[in-house]
Amino acid sequence: MSTNGSLNVLTAKDFANDLDVRWCPGCGDYSILAQMKKVLPEIGISKEKIVFVSGIGCSSRFPYYLSTYGFHTIHGRAPAIATGLKLANPDLSVWVITGDGDGLSIGGNHLMHAIRRNVNLNIILFNNRIYGLTKGQYSPTSRVGHKTKSTPYGSLDRPISPLTLAVAAEATFVARTADRNVDHMQQVLKRAAMHKGVSFVEVYQDCVVFNKGAFDYSVDKGVRDETTVHLEHGKPLIFGAKRDKGIRLRGHEPEVVNLSEVKEDDLLFHDEKCPDTVLAHILSRMSQPGLPEPMGVLRDIEEPAYEEQVIGQVNDTIARYGAGDLNKLYMSADTWTVK
Amino acid sequence: MSATTPQASPDSKPSIFEERDSVIVRFAGDSGDGMQLVGGQFTNTSAIFGNDVSTFPDFPAEIRAPAGTPAGVSGFQIHFSSHDIKTPGDDLDALVAMNPAALRQNLRSLRKGGILIVNSDSFGKNDLRKANYEVSPLDNDSLNEYKLVKVPMTTLNRDAVGQSGLSTRAADRCRNFFALGILYWLYDRSLDPTIQWIDDKFAKIADVAEANKRALKSGYYYGETAELLQSRYRIKPATDITPGVYRQIMGNQAVAYGLVTAAKLAGKDVFYASYPITPASDILHELAKLKNFGVRTFQAEDEIAAVGAAVGAAFGGAVAVTGTSGPGIALKSEAIGLAVMTELPLLIINVQRGGPSTGLPTKTEQADLLQVMFGRNGESPVPIVAAAYPSDCFTMIQESLRIAIEYMTPVIFLSDAYIANGAEPWRVPDFNTLPKIAVNHPKDAASDGTGGDGFMPYRRNDKLARPWAIPGTAGFEHRIGGLEKENVTGNVSYDPVNHERMVQTRQAKVDGIANSIPEQVVEGPQSGDILLVSWGGTYGAVSTACAEARAKGLSVAHAHLRYLNPFPKNLGDVLKRFKKVLVPELNLGQLWLLLRGKYLVDAKKYNKVQGMPFLVTELVAEIEKLAKE
Ligand code: SF4
Repeated sequence: MSTNGSLNVLTAKDFANDLDVRWCPGCGDYSILAQMKKVLPEIGISKEKIVFVSGIGCSSRFPYYLSTYGFHTIHGRAPAIATGLKLANPDLSVWVITGDGDGLSIGGNHLMHAIRRNVNLNIILFNNRIYGLTKGQYSPTSRVGHKTKSTPYGSLDRPISPLTLAVAAEATFVARTADRNVDHMQQVLKRAAMHKGVSFVEVYQDCVVFNKGAFDYSVDKGVRDETTVHLEHGKPLIFGAKRDKGIRLRGHEPEVVNLSEVKEDDLLFHDEKCPDTVLAHILSRMSQPGLPEPMGVLRDIEEPAYEEQVIGQVNDTIARYGAGDLNKLYMSADTWTVK
Repeated sequence: MSATTPQASPDSKPSIFEERDSVIVRFAGDSGDGMQLVGGQFTNTSAIFGNDVSTFPDFPAEIRAPAGTPAGVSGFQIHFSSHDIKTPGDDLDALVAMNPAALRQNLRSLRKGGILIVNSDSFGKNDLRKANYEVSPLDNDSLNEYKLVKVPMTTLNRDAVGQSGLSTRAADRCRNFFALGILYWLYDRSLDPTIQWIDDKFAKIADVAEANKRALKSGYYYGETAELLQSRYRIKPATDITPGVYRQIMGNQAVAYGLVTAAKLAGKDVFYASYPITPASDILHELAKLKNFGVRTFQAEDEIAAVGAAVGAAFGGAVAVTGTSGPGIALKSEAIGLAVMTELPLLIINVQRGGPSTGLPTKTEQADLLQVMFGRNGESPVPIVAAAYPSDCFTMIQESLRIAIEYMTPVIFLSDAYIANGAEPWRVPDFNTLPKIAVNHPKDAASDGTGGDGFMPYRRNDKLARPWAIPGTAGFEHRIGGLEKENVTGNVSYDPVNHERMVQTRQAKVDGIANSIPEQVVEGPQSGDILLVSWGGTYGAVSTACAEARAKGLSVAHAHLRYLNPFPKNLGDVLKRFKKVLVPELNLGQLWLLLRGKYLVDAKKYNKVQGMPFLVTELVAEIEKLAKE
């Protein structure tokens, strides 16, 4: 049995199991799995207390490839199932693995409610902007005009931003990373694990079969410094290969400015602790083309976790009225005796 | 406890009392008139007095249907008796109608010669028009067949309540207590329990308490002083009832109490996830009050999330329960299938109502049997248990949990609107005498025999149940999911032969539950001409009808099923012992279809789908008809 004392000796290998991984060769999911295995030994939680809950889709096979407890559930419902698990046993570290179809389409409602309740879950949404497992239909994050099997003339649906949705539901932790930014992903996953309350992480994930290169613009070494901005708490938003550009707010609108013309002090400073969601909302809307896409932690605030409050209410009631006595409960109405 | 009649006022004559064996009364008025409240009070008072009671609340789906219209009529029927009764009764001995709409909706239930008490103040032009009366039925001879008692309740009540300082509107809200007072007078009931209730309920609003008490007493005294009827009635306490301490209980309340009890018997706490839906919401309300019993309630964002959370909690080792009605079952089906595949103990409560679709939300029906039996994709067997009457919910929900845990399976518990809202006396059990529910979470790989080749989540015991290893237990880390499982290891498997084997194993496991449930009992002759087979909330009516038919000399027996999947082992033999089998149901023949399919028995069916329970008389007529065929 692992104890806190023996945790340090666990390595990524301890979280692997011997099942064959069945994602397509080159799929971004492999990298996420690899980073997760590296992060898990470092979060200070023994293996038997970790549970991965997923829905349906390529990403949702994730729990099968780890040696923790795992539950591969049904399409879109992982946040609800994870909520019940967490309420049944708040000591567990519960991770929800979902995708853009699973989490935003069929399961959008559950995702929103798990977030707004602030259940202490780590929700990792693999966004590949496509349906992979059903072989290539457009998803709720596919760009307008995307030609897929179900949209041969181009998609008409306006996409949703996972981060904007999470912020609108007032997630207490919101972050974004990408499959190929391995160090960054490890940092983000670790912070998500440490955060008390719901953590929502969007991972840009390449579906090499049905939407290859969808995120090249934001992860390729040659361009990513120009197309993304790394968020650092308390620091101004500066980006560019030469770190020569910044983001300034004009009213509510972010704009790109040249640092040769604008002082650093006039830039937008990141504040992940801001209780209000306005800043996180503005950041969540920044997208290519036009604005660099934020990477890192948009928001990290402290609020009581839902399951703690649920248990707290039970304990308060017991403290106030005493532990329930069933025989007394049965008699808690007018009674009469038949002889 | 004996009835304390208020002091007779000085100018009244002593009453003439007639003895009655049992009486059926109904309060009917607008949904805002508080009929459910006074119905409940009359029931409680009668139960405390020692009568056996059975009730039938009947109310509209709309919270506030247009006042004074037939759509907004709310009724509460009480059958109280000096002997054991099982139904709220057929024809009314007395009807209280607070307005013309209530009269129009309920008169057909009043027997000829029955007592009809109306609030004559609410038979104005407007009131009559709303109920589609051209002329007042009080003014012509249309009510000649009844003992019509016209009481200007609004006026009398205002006079009575006047001095308590309430507004006229507030005073009018006490009219229901005035009407209750009249019935208390008529049936010689004590005012004490209701006065006590008013004092408790309105402890903080003294003027309201005072007004309601005045209304109640004025109704009583008015009956006496005005000598409303020539005689009053007495119904002795019942004597053929098992000795013990009793209280009143409603079906949904019995489910809630039964759940908390079952969880404690299993050494666990209840996790109840639900989405508000009529007529199941009261289970959530009731459980939410019981947090000091360790109950965790979760009002989910929808039906799917509710069952999902329950599945998650079951995986986590809780007594996981979700409750709903038919439309909710439709939404939960996929997740129930997940619990079938992952073989987790999960309780699903279906308080049935009229369907399809939104149907008749507040009315009763038993048309979800085939839905819960077959309404999932794939071969997806789920045990089904059904309560027969309100207090039976207490027992059968415990039995459901026992099956779920012992066999590691979701279990569906069927109730219906009639059971859920109906009240009856309940002999209070002693928790310490109830049978425990054994739970075994593997904790130690070596001693659990799961060591060596590692923990196998789908290795089964002699009941074909897999181990309930829960997250948090070191050495038992495993993964489950909705994809087909490889036998023993639980790994994902698409192997054709393995799939067939697993389908058959899951079925065999559920079929095997028949070994752990009681054999089917038959009320009446153990073989003979006619056997009635029923299930769910029709128990009282069918049982009473069979007894009446036997009293008429017919050879009629009754088998009431509490276990619908699997059926009791001896059911096939029972069916063969009778020349004719009749299956009365509040649907188009669902149990009937199952019985014919499974036992090749040429059963007849008798069906009613009006959102209303069976009347005993119509069942007796059907039995007599079949006897002649
Ligand atoms: S279909 Fe796409 S997302 Fe799915 S495994 Fe293959 S590459 Fe990965």
